[in-house]
Amino acid sequence: MEQSWKQAKAVFAGALGPPLFWLVLFFLVPLAIVWAYSFGHNDGLTEIAITGTFKNYARAIEPLYLKIFLKSAWVAAITTGLCLVIGFPVALAITFASEKTKTWLLLLIMLPFWTNLLIRTYALIAVLRTEGYVNMGLEWLWKGGGTVAALLGLQPFGDFQPLELLHNNFAVILGLIYVHLPFMVLPLYSALDRLDKSLLEASLDLGAGHLQTLFKVVVPLALPGIASGVLITFIPALGAYLTPDLLGGPDSQMIANVIERQFKRANDWPFGAAMSFLLMYMTFIAIALQAVLSRKTPEAK
Amino acid sequence: MAKKSAPGPLEYLRRWQMQAWLAAVAIFLYAPLIALMAFSFNDSRRNIVWKGFTLKYYEKAFNNAGLIEAFGNSLTIAAISTVVSVALGAMVALALWRFRFPGKTALNGALALPIVVPEICMGVAMLVFFAKVMPWPQGMVWPLNLGAIIIAHVSFSFPFVAVVVRARMTSFNREMEEAARDLGAGEWRTIKDVILPHMAPSLVAGALLAFTLSLDDFVITFFTAGPDTVTFPVKVYSMVRFSVTPEVNAASTILIVLTVILTAVALKLQGNSAATAGHGGEKS
Repeated sequence: MEQSWKQAKAVFAGALGPPLFWLVLFFLVPLAIVWAYSFGHNDGLTEIAITGTFKNYARAIEPLYLKIFLKSAWVAAITTGLCLVIGFPVALAITFASEKTKTWLLLLIMLPFWTNLLIRTYALIAVLRTEGYVNMGLEWLWKGGGTVAALLGLQPFGDFQPLELLHNNFAVILGLIYVHLPFMVLPLYSALDRLDKSLLEASLDLGAGHLQTLFKVVVPLALPGIASGVLITFIPALGAYLTPDLLGGPDSQMIANVIERQFKRANDWPFGAAMSFLLMYMTFIAIALQAVLSRKTPEAK
Repeated sequence: MAKKSAPGPLEYLRRWQMQAWLAAVAIFLYAPLIALMAFSFNDSRRNIVWKGFTLKYYEKAFNNAGLIEAFGNSLTIAAISTVVSVALGAMVALALWRFRFPGKTALNGALALPIVVPEICMGVAMLVFFAKVMPWPQGMVWPLNLGAIIIAHVSFSFPFVAVVVRARMTSFNREMEEAARDLGAGEWRTIKDVILPHMAPSLVAGALLAFTLSLDDFVITFFTAGPDTVTFPVKVYSMVRFSVTPEVNAASTILIVLTVILTAVALKLQGNSAATAGHGGEKS
């Protein structure tokens, strides 16, 4: 059994003291200050007066910023949905692979995950930009096609128009999926791996098809795992900064980009603080929703 | 086994649809990275046509003093913050595992916060903290000027270490600790000779996690770093903002290769230490 802290006060204080001190001073205090700032306003150039005003929050829900909040949630939701669709078969394949293949498949998913985020985003830029690999490849095919057409005596194709793949919403969502796919696959895999495989066999034996088994047996049983995969993907996608910043255009900013601008360029810290706390509340609401949902599932069974 | 037999009902991996899907996902995940690595050797600035093998971009990357300095900063920050994070994470995990105390639920919640709070929020919190509350002295000698970044990195890494260590401690048989006590071992002796060996694999895993998190972090460093403390991601970011250059390709390739090597070493190490320090439950 767990020991009461009174039985070994010295050990307890020694083990808990330093981490608690660190957590409070270098994490909770900074957050608390940002929270306090969100109720203040700029007073002169560098001073911030904390006056208990709700003006910053009122400004954050004006249509201009509300639209960005909604858009960020929408982009994160699309990303999460697509990650689920792409990742579910992968997790299923890993679950039913042999012991050795399993290790390799997991490594296959994990290795990009361990590679630096910036490098992965940068690799996508190199693929998508106007002189990127996709457009270069297409241009090559286009020219080849044009030559063939000319040989056949058809109309020449004209100049190649590179596709606009970068600096738009498509690039942001693609980038977010690229970065967050492992976040989805790993929880899904750990949920599917815990399933009783004989239930699947029973379902197949009793005449259900594979898709029917999937939707009527696997998905309901794996629902808590799916919910946690969705949460783990949704939260970082919602707060993503780098991907929309580097891959997105002027109309694909997300909350994090607006917050960054308030702090680094616009120098409106109180407003930025209010926005970052709104983002945090959204995160907490998502977590609470997931907790409620996963508590409900065992009863529903 | 006959190779031609039809796939069994649950042998999903042997179905071609599944294999095609896996192949597509693998191409999606790896093609950009492999293309980046391949073209770092291409002797042409802005063309996908292969113009010949060259190492000149590597030479350029190695002669770029800013890039090398940033890389050294990143490694130093990662190394120090890993050591501190592992120590703090193991301590808090030990306290939570061993003791019953008022406020335990609150501590659990507070410890989960750095994991769930969006990076940008933590970034601005660090910016505000180091700008207004505890200004980190500017113009210090080399390792010391990285102090603010190291502190920020420890704050988000050590809860991850704590999670990993706590998961490992659930498989510890408390009777072993009592046996050690009965046999006359003191408090410190028990921790050192009984608990720490059981913890060891999770410490390795936690260290690996903390190191990667620190090396990977851009957003929080971006907000914490002063003008004269640049890390590798921050440096690459400023280079990428201007244009895609083969030099960045070369530097990225080095880091990718380093990541792969580090992962291989860590997996091997972790496997060994799990085998030597585990108590029969290595597989779980």
